[in-house]
Amino acid sequence: MADTISQPEIREVNRIIVRFAGDSGDGMQLTGERFTSASALFGNDLATLPEFPAEIRAPQGTLAGVSAFQVQVSDHDITTPGDAPNVLIAMNPAALKKELSKLEDAGTIIVNLDTFEERNLKKAGYEENPLETGELSEYTLFQVPMTSLTKEVCKEIEGIKPRDAERSKNFFALGLVSWLYQRPLEPTLDWIEKKFGKSPQVVAANNAAFKAGHAYGETTEAFDYAYEVKPAALEPGEYTNINGNTALSWGLVAAGKLSERPVFLGSYPITPASDILHELAKHKNFGIQTFQAEDEIAAVASSIGASFAGDLALTTTSGPGVALKGEAIGLAFNLELPLVIIDIQRGGPSTGLPTKTEASDLLMAMYGRHGESPIPVIAPYSPGHCFHVAIEACRIALKYRTPVMILSDGYLANGSEPWKLPDVDLLPDISTTFTTEPNHVDEDGNSHFWPYKRDPETLARAWAIPGTPELMHRIGGIEKADGTGNISYDPSNHQKMTDIRQTKVDNIANDMPLTWVEGDLDADVLMIGWGSTWGSIASAVKQARSEGHKVAHAHLIHINPFPKDLGEVLSRYKKVICPEMNMGQLSKLLRAEFLVDVQSLNKVQGHPFTTTELHETILVALGKK
Amino acid sequence: MTDTASASAPATTKADWTSDQEPRWCPGCGDYSVLTAMQLMLPELDGRPEDTVFISGIGCAARFPYYMNTYGMHSIHGRAPAVATGLAISRPELDVWVIGGDGDMLSIGGNHLIHAMRRNIDFTILLFNNQIYGLTKGQYSPTSEVGKITKSTPMGSIDQPFNAVSIALGAEATFVARTHDMDRKHMQETFKRAHAHRGSSLVEIYQNCNVFNDGAFGAITKKDKRDSMLIQLTHGEPIRFGSEKEFGVISDHSGNAQVVKVADVGENALIVHDEGSENPSIAFALSRLSSGPYEPTPMGVFREVKRPEYSKNVNQQIEVAKEQNGDGDLYELLRSQPTWVVD
Repeated sequence: MADTISQPEIREVNRIIVRFAGDSGDGMQLTGERFTSASALFGNDLATLPEFPAEIRAPQGTLAGVSAFQVQVSDHDITTPGDAPNVLIAMNPAALKKELSKLEDAGTIIVNLDTFEERNLKKAGYEENPLETGELSEYTLFQVPMTSLTKEVCKEIEGIKPRDAERSKNFFALGLVSWLYQRPLEPTLDWIEKKFGKSPQVVAANNAAFKAGHAYGETTEAFDYAYEVKPAALEPGEYTNINGNTALSWGLVAAGKLSERPVFLGSYPITPASDILHELAKHKNFGIQTFQAEDEIAAVASSIGASFAGDLALTTTSGPGVALKGEAIGLAFNLELPLVIIDIQRGGPSTGLPTKTEASDLLMAMYGRHGESPIPVIAPYSPGHCFHVAIEACRIALKYRTPVMILSDGYLANGSEPWKLPDVDLLPDISTTFTTEPNHVDEDGNSHFWPYKRDPETLARAWAIPGTPELMHRIGGIEKADGTGNISYDPSNHQKMTDIRQTKVDNIANDMPLTWVEGDLDADVLMIGWGSTWGSIASAVKQARSEGHKVAHAHLIHINPFPKDLGEVLSRYKKVICPEMNMGQLSKLLRAEFLVDVQSLNKVQGHPFTTTELHETILVALGKK
Repeated sequence: MTDTASASAPATTKADWTSDQEPRWCPGCGDYSVLTAMQLMLPELDGRPEDTVFISGIGCAARFPYYMNTYGMHSIHGRAPAVATGLAISRPELDVWVIGGDGDMLSIGGNHLIHAMRRNIDFTILLFNNQIYGLTKGQYSPTSEVGKITKSTPMGSIDQPFNAVSIALGAEATFVARTHDMDRKHMQETFKRAHAHRGSSLVEIYQNCNVFNDGAFGAITKKDKRDSMLIQLTHGEPIRFGSEKEFGVISDHSGNAQVVKVADVGENALIVHDEGSENPSIAFALSRLSSGPYEPTPMGVFREVKRPEYSKNVNQQIEVAKEQNGDGDLYELLRSQPTWVVD
């Protein structure tokens, strides 16, 4: 009789939530991204939540140094990375200690047994080894000596350094989890080859570790089940797995093409926005000029110079940078020049929580400048949506000659989702026209160029760029006479110009979609949000409705100006709840603008709302709890 | 700075460069003479008003662009070099001038000034140094002398002043010069040299504020003082000054510049001025020769060296990227990561 290996049963599940956690140096972000990528290529829907410390290398083995990556993978449409993980991969005691509370009841823990020794336990604050005390008895615990097994399989590799072998242990973990959830192996093996092709030993070590992890799951009989998540029935089309900063960058590249203007990005490195600078710097073959300035102010100022020259001018930053750019944004507003400011929000104030998400720059975007300087503000709701918001911001900036603020956040920036590639030919034309001839004739019949002569419909001013004969003119931050643009200290002119600039921005509401509302039209409760809370709100509303409750969800993409039907929309509901990753900034705006008693739900804990939190809020509002 | 302006560009006159706005500086302000020098000089160059841009910050001098019939922007305090940087990178064919005072350029905008110079952005910076804050009505500036009594320093300033030329040399500027508002011809010659230079040119202009700091430079710029107090730097010639050229400048054993009587040392001992020296040490020593406008002070071009101007390198990288990767294609960009198809 032939030997048989008893194969574990494969169970089909409709979704899984996996959390990889380890020391900052353990490669957990990379492991999570690879697992995500393989799942995306397999056809699942998914959403990710990377969480990492601000320090590049916090002290090894400590709670402060724990880096984690959570991903939800499903066979149906999902909008969040999930609340409680089904499985926690803990590469050291600190990861277990820090992340355990997030795990679902009776969830699965896979630990790297080799790291549970005295020194690491002590660093994590364990007096006794939790693997031995029985404190994990309610969970399903797998203790796998990942480091030693990885070193063992790497022994055969010629010329491998012990350090490289040891560092491959994250691929062992990835292999094991890939087996546990029946992920295809090829995408990861291909990626390893592509990424590390220059050093054959590293390729060999990572491959060996990955395959060993996979084989460990398959053959050790430690696992009773493996799980399978079928592909999701997504809308037909071509997809890629994309994070918000990449999508935003591509949207800006696209906006350059669609506007037929050269793109100029003036930027200063800042977390979590730097990746946009990096991404755009890679695409110089689109004619994009990226300029790493000496500071945040020079970054925006150089963009204003490029805008004056006729470019599609951009500046990317996070909250502290926006604070520094305030005066210059006021100048651009006053000059009425196109400029797109991208704020990837993070926890604040001051340095705050640079690597954690928050959405507390809304009031700064709205009002954080001296004088009356309302600028359009728009916010993407998902990683993929960042692409479209980038184009929309550029469209408004160019058409109305105004600075526009995009408010993304750390969660959207680093989180990813499958994104259906747009049809390039169907993207909007956002080109604009420059004035090339004198546009005013005085009483004596002489022709002039008036830089502040306006389009009667949009109120956008005439824009002539240097190099245009006959249209030489000077603009400045001092108040200008309407029309001529000459310096004017006339009080009534200042009132007039202030009114015009306000009206110009307000009227953009005529040129954008009405409020996006989903759910029950006859609901009593409306949950309204903006930005990255979309995923959690949509998920909570979906759950409540699936239980038979009536509830609606409005989500704002344009925040200044508001959609013109927003007041009417709000008035339809008895209760309006506004969850925000701040202390109630949109709520304040809605209350002030529409006199609606918005119930504010606030969270500034560095990660997004959970579906559970918002679902509970809905039930309480409905009087069901 | 324009490479494309054709030799056949029609000649311009002062009127072509003069806007319809009436200057609003105080009567007698040194800024008028700088403006006139500029408007008279530009017709002598081959540029066109539409290809010329003046960018300024905030301060009295910063009103300059309004009076030029060119493109112009009166931006915000200190940021003119940064605004002009974006403009010059984006449109290398334009002729860009940056205008500001000592407060604008050396105080609030000091950071932008030094970084523009180290990058060698292709523009000409005119630094109007009057050693005082004029627009805010008379506080001491970063170039005011120690002990300066002003509204904000009733007991005298205790700040060590900046030397603009020393800063420019330290910031890797490729063209550094000094002139003064009492000598239109010298200003024009200096502006022309600065304009002809590819890269960042810094021209410090000693400029009199007749309201808040009148006569600050009188000890060296008054007609009867110039011979003995202004040291004209001429490339390739021994540095000599005085009505009889009786004084000269030597480099002492420590490398410091020192004024001497030529008769005492002989002409061969004098520094022969070399604008193009790769090593800026002697130019720096010359900038330290006077500690303020009351000692013999060098005027003219301290340094002019060749280094690629910034936008050239920026655009070269773009060309290389296009050669290597082809012209950017949006369809391909969207497929630059792994994709999959859902049927």
